[in-house]
Amino acid sequence: MPFDWKSDGRTLLLLTAAFIAALSIPFGAPRFEGSLHEAFALMQWYAREHVVLCLLPALLIAGAIGVFIGQGSVIRLLGAGANKVVAYGIASVSGTIIAVCSCTVLPLFGGLYKRGAGLGPAIAFLYSGPAINILAIVLTAKVLGFELGAARAIGAVSFSVIIGLAMAFLYRHEEQDRNGSSMVGEMVLPEDDYSFPTGVVVALFALMIAFLVFANWAPADPKDNTLWHVLFTWKWSLASLSAAGVALVLALGLGFVWWRVALVAATVTTLAIALPDQPQAAVAGGVVGLCVVAALQPGAGQEWFEQTWGFAKLILPLLLLGVLAAGFLLGRSGHEGLIPSAWVAAAVGGNSLASNAFAAGAGAGAFMYFATLTEIPIIQALLGAGMGKGPALALLLAGPALSLPNMLVIRGFLGTEKTVVYVSLVIVMATVTGMIYGTYWG
Amino acid sequence: MVDFKILGSGCAKCLKLAANAETAAKELGLPYTVGKITDQDQIIDVGVMMTPALMIDGKVKSSGKVLTPEQIKALLT
Repeated sequence: MPFDWKSDGRTLLLLTAAFIAALSIPFGAPRFEGSLHEAFALMQWYAREHVVLCLLPALLIAGAIGVFIGQGSVIRLLGAGANKVVAYGIASVSGTIIAVCSCTVLPLFGGLYKRGAGLGPAIAFLYSGPAINILAIVLTAKVLGFELGAARAIGAVSFSVIIGLAMAFLYRHEEQDRNGSSMVGEMVLPEDDYSFPTGVVVALFALMIAFLVFANWAPADPKDNTLWHVLFTWKWSLASLSAAGVALVLALGLGFVWWRVALVAATVTTLAIALPDQPQAAVAGGVVGLCVVAALQPGAGQEWFEQTWGFAKLILPLLLLGVLAAGFLLGRSGHEGLIPSAWVAAAVGGNSLASNAFAAGAGAGAFMYFATLTEIPIIQALLGAGMGKGPALALLLAGPALSLPNMLVIRGFLGTEKTVVYVSLVIVMATVTGMIYGTYWG
Repeated sequence: MVDFKILGSGCAKCLKLAANAETAAKELGLPYTVGKITDQDQIIDVGVMMTPALMIDGKVKSSGKVLTPEQIKALLT
């Protein structure tokens, strides 16, 4: 068989790379071995602390959003004739319910720009999406702390409006020319397949979110903050009540087969009583049970299960790789990875203008190649290695908004000039916000 | 002849939708063609806001979700 440069060439290249790696990786070196250990230690910490109580319930909520909340009706509010104030408001927060996967966000951005509410709201939507989708909020708050999670959500929403307005202002003349010329035809919106009473849907989400919040309630110093501490001691009672509420909504409101729901509830209760020190067992039982019950329920239930699995399949492998990479390069808090902590502290420690600008600019450049949600383990590792809180927020606000797929689409629709303006706006604003945050809460 | 067009960037969901469309047409014994529209501008020009979307004989029938073969069969009959 002749040597095919395209396929054989690639194989040859891979083999050569593997050979060079095997030849030259310093396996005996303490720093290298320590980094490998850190990678797996960090992975284990995630597996023990975050997956069952936080990530799995959040995935179920994300899946439920896709099925039970009518996204078409939200997008309709962003149509061409939309009221500007409403359009900016909706665009800046609608990422919570729409933007879990970039394959749905990017065309929507183009649609909003070309035949919807225009450049400003489209930019606002694109900017806030990666930061305020339910998985990002939940995981940021759980891994990086409630304060940084809240700062990220608030920062992203207010930023998105400001950057959207700035872009719309800078290009106001073009917007006027564009209006009226290219508006042809109607938007085709996804029709909502299932209509459940609003009260049932609100109850379902309120109870699922309540469960997630209580199950992850962080311990507090008993002397420091009494309400916080009291809630902590009651956390499993409150979480159990919420879970029972979810079961009731499923059986009575959504018409799930009641004896299946009851069977799952009984299993979870048994696990909770049998293993009182291992709440993860009961929660895992509940998650698996809910998935089985949903998958067996034709219609909305089945779709819920499929959406949840779709997100899990998309996000979990990338998150695993992100955690391993973060552990390998930076190590856990108090341990060193491949990159010395002193370098991290020198580049992004403290809260100086240089640290914040470096985090927003250089960090964002590096983040272009990371997938959604992997920013969280990486920032956690950076914080452990000595990054300041201000620069961490700057990186959180700039990084995901400037991901490579985002950039390519923006450039495709808006051209290079507007893309450069957008990137500069994001970096400057992230730097300023990081400094403010670092000064008051750092 | 049924003419399917799959609108989307070519991600996993689009491929699934294309496969489901083929299954549906085969099960009904209809002759069919499957085309792809991956160009974002073209997708937006037909008004689709969320991908993947399915066009049957030039009309957008669904957007933002992966229809099952059963749902597509219902659209064909």
